[in-house]
Amino acid sequence: MSANTTKQTSRRDFIKISAQTAAFLAIGFENLANGKGVKVRNLAHEPHIGVEINPYVLINESGKVTLFNARPDMGQGTSQSIPMLIAEELEVRLDQVEIVTSDGSAKFGSQLSGGSSSVSTRYLPMRTVGAAVKEMLVQAAANHWHVPVSACYAKEGRVYQKNKTISLGYGELVASAAKLPVPSSPVLKNPADFTQIGKSLPRPEIPSKVNGTAKFGMDVVIPGMLYASIAHAPSIHAKVKSYHGEKAIASPGVKFVLKTERKMPHASTEAVAVLADSYWAALKGKRLLDIEWESTEADAMNTEKYFNQLKEAGKSPGFEYKESLTGDVNKAFAGANQLIEASYQTPFLAHAPMEPENATVYVQDGKVEVWAPVQGPDSLVTELATYLGFKKEHVKINVTFLGGAFGRKAYYDYVLEAAHLSKQINAPVKVIWTREDDTQQGPFRPGMLSVMKGALDAQGKVQAFEHRLNGASILNQVFQVPLDNAPDPWAEEGINLPDSPYTFPNRRNSFSLVKTKIPILWWRSVYASTNLFGQESFIDELAHHAKKDPLAFRLELLAGSPRFVEVLKKLAELSNYQQLKAQGKAVGIAIARSFSSICAHAIVVEKQGNGVLIKKVYSVIDCGVAINPRNIKAQVQSNITMGLTAAIKNEITVVNGQTQQSNFHDYAVLRQGEIPEMEVFVMPSSEAPGGVGEPGLPPVAPALCNAVFLATGKRVRTLPFDISNV
Amino acid sequence: MSKYSIKLNGKKHLVDVASDTPLLWVIRDEIGMTGTKFGCGMGLCGACTVLLNGHPIRSCSTPISSIKPEDKLISIEGLSTTTSHPVQLAWIKEQVPQCGYCQSGQILAVAALLDSNPNPTDQDIDTALAGNICRCGTYQDMRKAIHAAAKSMKSQTKTKSK
Repeated sequence: MSANTTKQTSRRDFIKISAQTAAFLAIGFENLANGKGVKVRNLAHEPHIGVEINPYVLINESGKVTLFNARPDMGQGTSQSIPMLIAEELEVRLDQVEIVTSDGSAKFGSQLSGGSSSVSTRYLPMRTVGAAVKEMLVQAAANHWHVPVSACYAKEGRVYQKNKTISLGYGELVASAAKLPVPSSPVLKNPADFTQIGKSLPRPEIPSKVNGTAKFGMDVVIPGMLYASIAHAPSIHAKVKSYHGEKAIASPGVKFVLKTERKMPHASTEAVAVLADSYWAALKGKRLLDIEWESTEADAMNTEKYFNQLKEAGKSPGFEYKESLTGDVNKAFAGANQLIEASYQTPFLAHAPMEPENATVYVQDGKVEVWAPVQGPDSLVTELATYLGFKKEHVKINVTFLGGAFGRKAYYDYVLEAAHLSKQINAPVKVIWTREDDTQQGPFRPGMLSVMKGALDAQGKVQAFEHRLNGASILNQVFQVPLDNAPDPWAEEGINLPDSPYTFPNRRNSFSLVKTKIPILWWRSVYASTNLFGQESFIDELAHHAKKDPLAFRLELLAGSPRFVEVLKKLAELSNYQQLKAQGKAVGIAIARSFSSICAHAIVVEKQGNGVLIKKVYSVIDCGVAINPRNIKAQVQSNITMGLTAAIKNEITVVNGQTQQSNFHDYAVLRQGEIPEMEVFVMPSSEAPGGVGEPGLPPVAPALCNAVFLATGKRVRTLPFDISNV
Repeated sequence: MSKYSIKLNGKKHLVDVASDTPLLWVIRDEIGMTGTKFGCGMGLCGACTVLLNGHPIRSCSTPISSIKPEDKLISIEGLSTTTSHPVQLAWIKEQVPQCGYCQSGQILAVAALLDSNPNPTDQDIDTALAGNICRCGTYQDMRKAIHAAAKSMKSQTKTKSK
């Protein structure tokens, strides 16, 4: 980040800076979250940079443009998509600018990459920022030339006079532009005139990811830092009864052996850290520790027992979701022609990003600086300030590239560990988790159970549909919301009415909370990843009981939702659904809306031995305006791969507080030779942009299992399953 | 601690480390090149792949003591100095990386494959990359880029031989 932006800049300072060195124009606005009534402010006119001001654009007198990206990039492409929204309206190309990730300062507002919300919430605010700056630059040029604004236009970092060859660069205009009032409602471009949005432009950070120069948290080196490897308890909540660090401290390179803690939102656990002048020395030192652990009551955790509790909970109706409640299911069930019931179980899962959790932290003199792969630097500022008892303005976060995250790196236990250690030794500390730490310590996606019940009339029409969600609540465990007499409002995602607009005359969704001490957290597509397995598998079961084609059955139930219908029709066309069916091929389909986008898959399988072979996956996504179609396709492929892995490869099981899996040998993920061919179609759309990073995942498992049923006659209701032996 | 001489990317380095130190940590912490990544520490994921005399190895489970001074080691930084290796160019053209963390290892494994097998089948690709995990699921785009790189390397060879 430019030094100019980090200090408190007064109006007087600004003039001085403008006159002497680099003039800069910083534009901010309020009301980030909803994107409505965006008010643009010019920092140059503010007496001080206030906390509610959000500067995203810097231009210096040499014409260098810096754009701030307040959505960390974990692979989903926000280091392109977010600044591109500004650049489109500002009339600069992304290869002309520098892109800087925001540092957690309050002036940037929310900075969380999560919930597939980056583009959908930034679309209008970021364009407005770019448009306002452009209008000021054009006005400055018009003033300079003594011509009306209408005689000028901006292009690729310069303002031109129409029909003339003269032009001025943004750097030449910035000082005078900064003195102009900020337009309160700048005119946004007509989408037909977009030169960047909607084009599959290359991502600017890609070259750095093929030559080894991209900096991940793992690559941070701070002078004087020590490396820490932490002996976490074998059972997640155990305490350190006693430890002997003599052998470790005698090991070459080891500087400190310290008892430490792991602070999670719902619990704090104990651990022992070895700090050394190299990571290998720290890791070797850790292996020499002699620790006696003491199990706690919280360690009486057992996933098998947990799932039994879920089955028990599923017998009672749970707290109903009022918004989706339609008619009276019990009455309809009582008079049903055909009653169908089934339960679907999804396991605990680790996120397993390729880059294990790591953080470099320096606590000194009441201030703290962090260099780490984190999904939300602003929430980390709050968490660290609270944890250390520091003022928020004394917390600075340098966000690196994230080597994958999938939700995991929005949970900052590993950063707090490094802070706790740095504070004790007054030196920068780099904590690096091992793969075993990552696999075993959690947080995990919570295991869930969907208890489904449906009623069909004599014509095979659905008369009633019930979906009982049973399981742990992220809102309850991580955010400490009691939920004593209400369903978890977050947990209904993917099956609430807007997400699942099937027209059932009687419908009921409910939630029964089963608490666990096993650390849980959102995992790519969160509850949609678990709920849709039950929802879309059961829709398929109903279709078969109604003796209807599953595609036709869905089209009938979704007739009032044109975007869903269009996606399904396109999917049928893309996959040659009718021809494949006529040839007797097993094509399973599923459709899901999550994070404001609709995605449907058609998965073709063939019987092979006792199992099936996945031949091909066809996908259609409607995510509204497509910012970068190629990147959207890549995200859908990514979700298919992760969704298949979750369906057929891995699960986390816990026995007496101990996670049974530890590394990629027993927590396997799909590899190159195991991937089916995928074909993705992105629907052209002018609707408001929806999410892209997650919506491709929820329909994967049900589409696959629906195909497995067609190929084998066997209905898979528990994940993961062995695809070679169904 | 013992002294070792290793040749990485054509340059000699003298390091003083414990004999069991994995090559990965020598490259990252002693030599200071961070393009080679730590992923699993057990040779299961391939993020730490480097080339030893042209063959991909898992540097996280290769002790420094097993490296001879005359061995030629190539890390991602040494594949080309200007990001111009055909595999890197194909990776950029196909926009393969997502998070990018595994890609150094993937690219080196592919460079080694194409070196010994200029015209790999899909089956060859599956075998050569079986040890390299990509959690983002860039596998299909990688496969496309590998075929493209193979094609461009062949046309380069043709141009050279003309």
